Amino acid sequence: MDIIIYGIINSVSLALMAVGFTLVYGVSRLPNFAHGALYILTGYLTWILMNRAGLNYVFSAIIALGLTGLIGAAMYQLVLIRVRGMPISEIIASYAIGLAILEGLRWGGLKGGTFRLPPFVEGSVTVLGVSVDFQRIFVVILGATLMGALWLFVNNTKLGLALKGMAQDERAALTLGIDSDRMAVTATAIGSMLAGAAAIILLPLGSIAVESGYHVLIMAVAVCIVGGLGSWTGAVLAAFIIGFAQILSVVYFGAHYQAVVALLAIVITLICRPSGLFGRQKELEERV
Amino acid sequence: MSSSKGDRRKERIDRGIKVRSDSVYAISSWKEITYLIAPRLVLILGLALAPLVLSATPYWQRVVSIICVYSLLAMGFDFLANYVGLVSLGGGFYVGIGAYAAALLNTHFGLPPMITIPMATLLGAIICTVLFLPCLPLRGVYFAIVSLMYPLLAARIVEALDIFGGTDGILGVDGFSNVWVEQYFLVLCVLVMVFALRRLVEEDIGLVFRGVKDNDQAVKASGININQYKALGVFIASALGCLGGACLTHMYMWAGLSQFALDFSIIPIAATVVGGGGTLVGPVLGCLILVPVSELLRDFGSLRIAVYSIVLTAFIVFKSEGIMIYTARKYEQFERWVEI
Repeated sequence: MDIIIYGIINSVSLALMAVGFTLVYGVSRLPNFAHGALYILTGYLTWILMNRAGLNYVFSAIIALGLTGLIGAAMYQLVLIRVRGMPISEIIASYAIGLAILEGLRWGGLKGGTFRLPPFVEGSVTVLGVSVDFQRIFVVILGATLMGALWLFVNNTKLGLALKGMAQDERAALTLGIDSDRMAVTATAIGSMLAGAAAIILLPLGSIAVESGYHVLIMAVAVCIVGGLGSWTGAVLAAFIIGFAQILSVVYFGAHYQAVVALLAIVITLICRPSGLFGRQKELEERV
Repeated sequence: MSSSKGDRRKERIDRGIKVRSDSVYAISSWKEITYLIAPRLVLILGLALAPLVLSATPYWQRVVSIICVYSLLAMGFDFLANYVGLVSLGGGFYVGIGAYAAALLNTHFGLPPMITIPMATLLGAIICTVLFLPCLPLRGVYFAIVSLMYPLLAARIVEALDIFGGTDGILGVDGFSNVWVEQYFLVLCVLVMVFALRRLVEEDIGLVFRGVKDNDQAVKASGININQYKALGVFIASALGCLGGACLTHMYMWAGLSQFALDFSIIPIAATVVGGGGTLVGPVLGCLILVPVSELLRDFGSLRIAVYSIVLTAFIVFKSEGIMIYTARKYEQFERWVEI
C-alpha cells in the first residue's frame, strides 16, 4: 500500500515538473533548459514576498507566478527569438539563462535548509492505513486539477486551440492567421508559470535549494523523453512509469538509486522506441 | 538596412594577398609567407612564452596550465558540436572519467604520470564512447539533454556506491616532476591538438563529419554508417576531455567528485561561443580570455558561472560569430560601403 500511495504522489510530482517543459517544446520546438531555474526562481520569489515584503501566502504565490510568467516571456522575446531554428544556439542560450539564474541565486545566498515555504495545511492523515501528510495530498489533488484545467484550456479555448495548431503544424497555423511568434511567447510564459506552479505546490515538501533546480530540469527532461517529446498523454504516462520505478527502487535497493532509474529509463526508451512511448512518426524522423 | 542611412550595403572582398596565398603562389614571396605564418606563429609563441613570462608569479603560471586544460575541453566541444553536430553539455563527464582513470592507474599500479596520461586518455575515451553508444542515434536537442545527465549521474553513482574513495576522492596521486614539465607538456598538447584537428577536418573524413552534421539522411543514403562516424567523433572529443582530466589529476595530485562539476561543462561552451565556433582555434582564444577572468572572479564563488552564462548569452545573441571569425574576416578581407 505504501508503494502505491507514495508512487502516485511521486508520479504526480514528476508530471507537474514535466508539463511546462513539454508544453513549450510542443508548441515552439524550443527546449527550455531554463525550466529548472524558473522553478526555483518562483519558490524564491514567493519566499521573498512572504518574508521580506510581508504579504500573505496566496498573494505572494500569485505575484511570484505572474513575475515568472513575465520573465519567461521576456526571455523568449529578448533572447531566444533571435536564435530560433538554430538548435545548438537555442540549447546553449536557454541553458545559459538558466545557469545565470541558478548560480546568481546561489551567489545571492540561497542555500539549502534555510529557505522553506510552509505547507498549505499542517498535519497528516491516514489513507488506507498509510500516514500521509496533507501537503502530499494537496500535491495529488492540485496536480490533477492543474492538468485537467490545462487539458480543458488547450481543447476548449481559442488561445489553447491556437497553441495546439502551432504544435501540430506551424505553417498551416500561419496560413490560418495564427501569429507564430506571439503564440511562442505565450507558450513560453505559460510554460514558465507551470514550472512556477509546480514549485509552489512541491517546494513545501523540501527546502528551496539550487540543486533541486538541476534535479527538476533532469526529471522533466527524462519524463518528456520517455513519453515522447511534445506528447501530453505520453508525458503523464511516463511520469507514472518513472515515478513508480523510483519508489520501487527506493524500497528495494536504497534511496541513492532514484536518479539512476531516470537515466536507465531514458536509455532503455531510446534503444527500444527512439520516439518515446507516444511519439509520432514525424518525431521519429526528426530526432533519429 | 534602414533606408535613413541611404540604400547601401557592406561589400566584402578578399585581399589580394589572401587570394594569392590560397594557391600555389603562397611561397612566391616572403610577404606572402609571413602573411600565412604570422597568425599561427603568434599563437605558438604566445603559448610557449606564457609560462616563462609568468614564472615570476607562480599563481598565474598555474593559470596557464588551467587554460590549457580548458582549451583541450573546449576544442573537443567545438569539434563535436560544429563538425559532427552533437552538442555535448556534459563536458565534465569526460574530465571526470579521465581524472579517475589516471588516478587509479597511478595509485593502484604505480605508473608514472607520463604513462598514465596517455593510458587514461585512451582508456577514458573508450569508456566514454561505449557509454554514449546508446545515445548516438539522437540528434541535436536530444543528445544535449542526455549528455547533460551523464556527469551529474556519474557523480551520484560514485557517491552512492562509495567506490573510488566516495566523496573524499582519490588522494596521493603523483604530481608532475616539476612545474616546467607540467606547463610545457600541456602547451604542447594544446598546440598539437589544434593543428592536428584543423588538419583532420580538412581531410575526407572531416567532410563526412560535416555531412553527418548538415544532412545525415544524405550521408546515410550514400551508404555510410553515420553512427560509426558519430562514435568516432565522440571518441575524439572525449579523448581530448580525458587528456585534460588526466593532466588535471596530476596537477592537483587528487581526483574527486568536483571533476564532474559544472565548471568543466560550461566554461568550454562559453569559450567556444566567445572565441568562435567551428574554427577550433577560437575555443583556445576563448579560454585565454575567459579563464583568467574566472580566476579574477574566484573570490565571488558561484557568481563566476553566472557571469559566464551572461557573457555566453550576450555573445550568442549579439555576436554569434565569435572573436576568431571576426578577426579572421578583418585579416583576410576589405570591407567597404557600396551604394545600391
